[in-house]
Amino acid sequence: MSKNPLMRTWNWIDNRIGYSDYIVPLMVHLVPDSARWWYIFGSATLCAFMVQVFTGVCLAMAYVPGGEKTYESLVYITNTAPLGNLLRGMHYYGASAMVMLAVIHMIQVYMHATYKYPREMNWMSGVVLLFVVLGMAFTGQLLRWDANGVWSVTVAAEMAGRTPIIGPTIAHFIMGGETVGGSTITRFFAMHVFIMPAIIFAGIGLHMLLIMRHGISEMPDANDPVDPETYKEKYEERINKTGVPFWPDAMWRDMIFSTIIVGIILGCSLFLGPPTLDPPPNPSSINANPLPDWYFLWYFAVLSLLPPKLETWVILGVPILGFLGLFFLPMISNKGHRAPSKRPWAGGTVIFGSVAFLVLTIYGYKKPWSPDFGVKELPASVVGTDQGPLMEGAKLMHIKGCLYCHDISGYGGHRGPELTEIGKLLTRDDLIIRINNGGHNMPAFASSISSDELHLIVDFLLTRGVDQDQPILNGDSP
Amino acid sequence: MTSDQPTNETPCCQQQQRRTFLARLSIALSAVIGVIIALPGIGFVLAPVFRKPKQKWRKVGKLEDFKVGGFVLVQYEDSSSVPWAGITAKEGAWIRRASETEFIAFSINCRHLGCPVRWVDDPRLFMCPCHGGVYYEDGTVAAGPPPEPLQRLNVRINNGQVEIESGPTPLTLTKIT
Ligand code: FES
Repeated sequence: MSKNPLMRTWNWIDNRIGYSDYIVPLMVHLVPDSARWWYIFGSATLCAFMVQVFTGVCLAMAYVPGGEKTYESLVYITNTAPLGNLLRGMHYYGASAMVMLAVIHMIQVYMHATYKYPREMNWMSGVVLLFVVLGMAFTGQLLRWDANGVWSVTVAAEMAGRTPIIGPTIAHFIMGGETVGGSTITRFFAMHVFIMPAIIFAGIGLHMLLIMRHGISEMPDANDPVDPETYKEKYEERINKTGVPFWPDAMWRDMIFSTIIVGIILGCSLFLGPPTLDPPPNPSSINANPLPDWYFLWYFAVLSLLPPKLETWVILGVPILGFLGLFFLPMISNKGHRAPSKRPWAGGTVIFGSVAFLVLTIYGYKKPWSPDFGVKELPASVVGTDQGPLMEGAKLMHIKGCLYCHDISGYGGHRGPELTEIGKLLTRDDLIIRINNGGHNMPAFASSISSDELHLIVDFLLTRGVDQDQPILNGDSP
Repeated sequence: MTSDQPTNETPCCQQQQRRTFLARLSIALSAVIGVIIALPGIGFVLAPVFRKPKQKWRKVGKLEDFKVGGFVLVQYEDSSSVPWAGITAKEGAWIRRASETEFIAFSINCRHLGCPVRWVDDPRLFMCPCHGGVYYEDGTVAAGPPPEPLQRLNVRINNGQVEIESGPTPLTLTKIT
């Protein structure tokens, strides 16, 4: 018995709660010495989750989940509440960090095939966690109850509504009724703060329990494929010979990386601030430009690129097949080689997936498929004159919305073909037919354009790409 | 107990039976508790899915406010709003006075994925900011991904007031063929 009263108090507590008996063995359990820096992503994801829990609980103290009060409370948190801006920012960047780290963690596990025997369930619980985290990210975007949030629920409900037979039921469940409104926000709030976090807590518990049960995997050895018959004994043997205690021999790396991540989250929040709020959540306001947060933008881009026939199947298939494919991966291959050098397809899949994600995301930000409502009129320098029929034709290009979709010398949208050189490519008759009748992805303008207007536009277009010194004038038209 | 087991049952077997019974009892009671807790909750949460709110006629303006011509945006309260909905109970529609007596109205939801379409007066087209859906003034698809024409809404003139029948967000359904 120690004489030191502090020690005695601690011993009393330890004896009652069992810290030394239960927690310490977990902390110092042996882990392979080969793990090193590869294994920092899982714990960093957990750390980002803790940032989310803490900042989220704080935000919930001022957040009002209901109607326009929600928006007001967000404005209050952002502009008035002490440190509110900082907390909102941390919650936002924390979410990004969590999604990113979870995906990186998964890629690392996939590349090293750690999901093979006996860790199949580690992987499966991780896949469930990933999808719940994505659900958190999505519902979180809606809790930012501004115009964008409102329209994002509408889009989500429409997507769910495409499910055969039960679609409308799911859509009405999501919206909490037949329209997006007050009951939608309270529903999403309950999902975001009660249901999904509970699943995440339970999932993390299971995930960690399984890590303890099967031990942290070693770096793959190209000469030592996984054989379920012998794997466990070999692992035990090696770990007892060469393993190091998790605390502190391995954990210090996790701590360094997690500190960096939390620092980045704080830094982003301080210097970039939380995402700006759109106008208030008025479902009847059309001046919204719904865009999802960056991690879902690739999907939004996919939806604009698909031929309509495939669309429903992709909308529903990507999430469902994606989940099933990932979830059952260890059932398909749970033994054999783990080393990336022996699994070229795995590497290829990751590279293909990342490139596709990157390209689609960039594409999504450019939004070339949308009419560009904000385009400016063509300046005289492009038209070649600042008056006369040519300029009138150019003005009509703007008035009639042609420029929303067609680019001329750098002015205009990108949905339709560029018209900078169109005068060289099409004849007068071609142009008239196309404008009047429309065509693939082009509306027919016959009923909304007068014959004079049409000829002014065509005359103007015929000068594009043609020597500007001899403008083709009105006259030879039918 | 009637069984053809030896009549001199040992205490151990009695104990075993008792345990089996208690185990089953506990499991059954857990189920009862679970059902009692869960059923009202599930009913509460699912209610909005099955409750079909009556569509209501909403005033959107006086007859003389509407000039014959292009579409204008009107706002009104949806038919199933909850007391705390505030501004989020609003619904919008594009409405056009086609002639002295005739009105046409469309829901603002694009039939592709529900984004709000905008009426552009000069080319006389509805355009969607999300994936480039375009509709003619009669609501039919002019270009882009929407698979169906814009949803028509009922309009009527009542005591010099123009009224629109509020409706659910139009969903584009997958037809099973
Ligand atoms: S939602 Fe309108 S085009 Fe996609």
